[in-house]
Order: sequence, then structure tokens, then C-alpha cells
Amino acid sequence: MNQSPSKSLLSIEGMTKHELEEILELTDTFDEIGRRPIPKVPALRGRTVATLFFEDSTRTRLSFETAARRLSADTMSFSAGSSSLSKGESIRDTVEVIEAYGADLLVVRHPAAGTAQRIDNWTNASVINAGDGCHEHPTQALLDAYTLRKHKGSLEGLRIAIVGDILHSRVARSDVLAFSMLGAEVVLVAPPTLLPPSIEGWPVEISYNLDEILPTIDVCYLLRVQNERINEGLIPSVREYVTDYGLNVKRASALPKDALICHPGPTNRGIEIEAAVAADPRSVILDQVANGVSIRMAILFLLLGSGRNLMEDADVGADQ
Amino acid sequence: MIEKERGQAPPFGGVFVAHARVLDSEDIQRAIQRMAHEIVERNHGLENVVLIGLQTGGVVVAEMLAEALKEINGSHPPLGTLDVALHRDDIGMRPVMPEAVTDISVDLDGATIVIADDVLYTGRTIRAALDALCDFGRPREIQLAVMVDRGHRELPIRPDYVGKNLPTRKDEVVDVSSEGVDLGRIEK
Repeated sequence: MNQSPSKSLLSIEGMTKHELEEILELTDTFDEIGRRPIPKVPALRGRTVATLFFEDSTRTRLSFETAARRLSADTMSFSAGSSSLSKGESIRDTVEVIEAYGADLLVVRHPAAGTAQRIDNWTNASVINAGDGCHEHPTQALLDAYTLRKHKGSLEGLRIAIVGDILHSRVARSDVLAFSMLGAEVVLVAPPTLLPPSIEGWPVEISYNLDEILPTIDVCYLLRVQNERINEGLIPSVREYVTDYGLNVKRASALPKDALICHPGPTNRGIEIEAAVAADPRSVILDQVANGVSIRMAILFLLLGSGRNLMEDADVGADQ
Repeated sequence: MIEKERGQAPPFGGVFVAHARVLDSEDIQRAIQRMAHEIVERNHGLENVVLIGLQTGGVVVAEMLAEALKEINGSHPPLGTLDVALHRDDIGMRPVMPEAVTDISVDLDGATIVIADDVLYTGRTIRAALDALCDFGRPREIQLAVMVDRGHRELPIRPDYVGKNLPTRKDEVVDVSSEGVDLGRIEK
């Protein structure tokens, strides 16, 4: 079996369907570990995972750190706010310092698109993109795909609506690519101002009307309304957005009985999702959080633990 | 069986070629029957006994033992499977197989665990299994049943129940399935 040959995970774009499926399949193994009385294995003992977050995060950072610890890796944590960046140290110097402390893998989040890619070029360590600006957030897409696969068996033939601020969403970009590669049909639902100017070439359908779409879908994937967008004048007011695109109890009743409701978090209750809908039995929002740890364990293991270098000296004959 | 898969999976390459049949399917059944009786005798019954088959080759052995124990005792002990890939000291030198699942649904606190595997060789797999099992609880006792003990131990580990002691050379490979035990080699 060919385990991921690449050093880093930077985007869903450029990955093959086979690679995605391999990660999803391997995640079952790590999901089982999470349910053990002592959810820890020694697989990455002696390896160090550093999280470099130039932007705030709860879920992504905590789930990467939890995943690393469950594999017995050591963790190092860097936050832009409390670092020497404020003294004028560059990102490149920061990365070199962290590498000098022995980090084998860097988990990077940055508000500018392409930062993870640049860091990957500077370092011999593995790099995982944990969100770069409006570009991509590949581990979120993988955990979303894993959650849907767990509930629905497969993504093949599923009709998935992604609702909200598509224009600024790295989650939407990665999700569209991953979902469609795995055989799902994707509909983007948003006001025209929140859609990217050019979606030509994207394997998607577009709609401005959530009510029309709801009865036809298997999954309703809601995105967070980012407060800063209101100030940019892209939506007239929060109330108008809620009226047209907020998933309230009445709208949720138009969804098929076996549909799923997803949200990458953090949720704005009362805006894109009504509090009562977040508690709907069809909501898998907390499942997504739990699966985030399992999928990140699989990715860390593939990048650090599949031991490409070890293999050259492996004593094949002594293997039983 | 497990060796055949590993032998064919990269980076190991090659195909298992049998040179000699050591046990046929009837011999295996007789060995299983004897080991099952030994398990019952040693534990004065099957109370608190849990059978754990090691993925992937030990699972069949555990199932055959369970079947034999059922004939002796009326019902078979709880049966589980364990994949030790992530606990190994040579991790990375062999593939982690997603189809090799760990499934232990019984409480192991106070249990007498019988680990079942196909071939006992260096003892490293068993070392990893002992580590892994201790993450599931605190068993009262752990015993080891293997279909073939081929020698060449690298750790102080010994089996409690053995189907067949089989002297081997290190470059030979032992293949165990329910049809028989073969001695052979991986040919590139």
C-alpha cells in the first residue's frame, strides 16, 4: 500500500481522489484509538509538531495538538500575538528558530493566501496548511468529507449545498474541491455579492434562493457570516441576511428527514443558524469537531510516521 | 497469511513460495483442539477468559480456538481483534492496513486474556500487543497461544500454548492459514 509520498499537505487542489480516499480510510483506524480508555498510541514518539498560528483559532489548533498528543508526539505552540513578531522578527526567521528547536512538522495558519506554501519552500520540516487567507483549509475539507462519509456511507451522488460567504471562505474552496472529487454534487447558495467574481471552471451549481434548494439536498453546509463583511457593505444588514439565508426552524423543516446540517464553526447563533437548529438531531456540528482529531491524527501519521527514511534500512527478512 | 500480504505489499515486494507443507488442515484442527483443552485446563474453565486475535494472521487462529472452546464448554469466550501496528518499535517499516481493525468491546479489567497469533518469531509483535492491551484496562493475566513457534526470539517472551514447534532458518517464512502451515520463502 502506497502511503502519502509527499512531505506536506498544503491544499486539496492537486490531490487525487485516491489520496483523499486513502486518508479517509486510514482515519477509521485513528477514530478507534480515540474511543479507547487510554486514547494514546506511541506511533510518533520523539517527533515534534509545532503549531504556528498568525490568526486566532480554537478548534483547529486544539484538534491538531490533541491529535499530536494522542500519537505521543511532542507539541510546540507559537502565537503571533505573544511572540517576537511584535519586535519585528520576520516569518522566515521565526520558522528557522522553530525548526532549530527540532520541529518535524509545522501546522500553519496565516491571514495571507500562500503563506503555508512559502514556508514549505523554506523548511525541511513537513508543513500542514491550517488555513491561509481566503485560499484553502484542506484538513477542514477532509474532516467534513469524513463526517459525511461516516453518516452517509459515501459522498458519491450526494447533493450538498454550501450556504453563505463563499467569496471569503477558504473552507468553501477546499470543500468544493474535495466534495466534487469524491463524487458529490455541490450547490453554492449565497447573495451575488458573496460569490467569487469568477466561478467558471468550478464544478458547481449556483443559486441565490435557499428556500428553493432546501428540499432538494442531502447536506446543508452553513458558513459563518464574518462580521467584518458587513462593514465592507457586501450585505446590507445582518437582518436582511438572516431573513434570506439564515437556517431557522421553519427552513430546517423543509430539509429532507435524513439530511445533515454542517457548520465548520465558530457558529453565530441567531445569524446563519438558529440556536434550535444547531440542536436538531440532523446537525452533525459536534461530530465534525470530534472527527477533526481523528482526521488530523491520520494526516500527522502519514506525513511523519509512515517512515520513508526508515524503510531503506529495514531488515525485510527479519519481519514476521 | 499475514506474511503473504506483507510479502506482496511494497516495499517488501515478492511472492511467497511454499517449499514444504508442515501441517495440513486436519493437523491444524487437532492442534487447535489440544490448545483449547489446555486453555480450559489451565484456567479451570473459561470464566473471565477473553480471546484476542492479533491482526491479521492471529484472527483466524482466535476464531478457530473460539469454535473449539464452544464445543468443549458450550459457549465460547468473548472474542476481540487487535492491530498493533501503531505500537510497534519498527513502525514505518511496514504498512498500516486500514482493514486491520481493533475491536475490543469487553472490559479487560480483571480478565484473563489469551492472545492468539499465527507465528511467534522475534516476540516484538507480542511486546507491542502487551503495551496496547494495557491501554484497554488492567487484565489479571495475559497468556499467549500461537499456531507455530519458529524460534529466534529477540525478547524474553514465551508462549503458553503452542500448535507446533518448528525449527526454521531466519531467511525462511512461515505461512499459516486454516488450510495448513507452509514453510517457504519470499521470492522477488
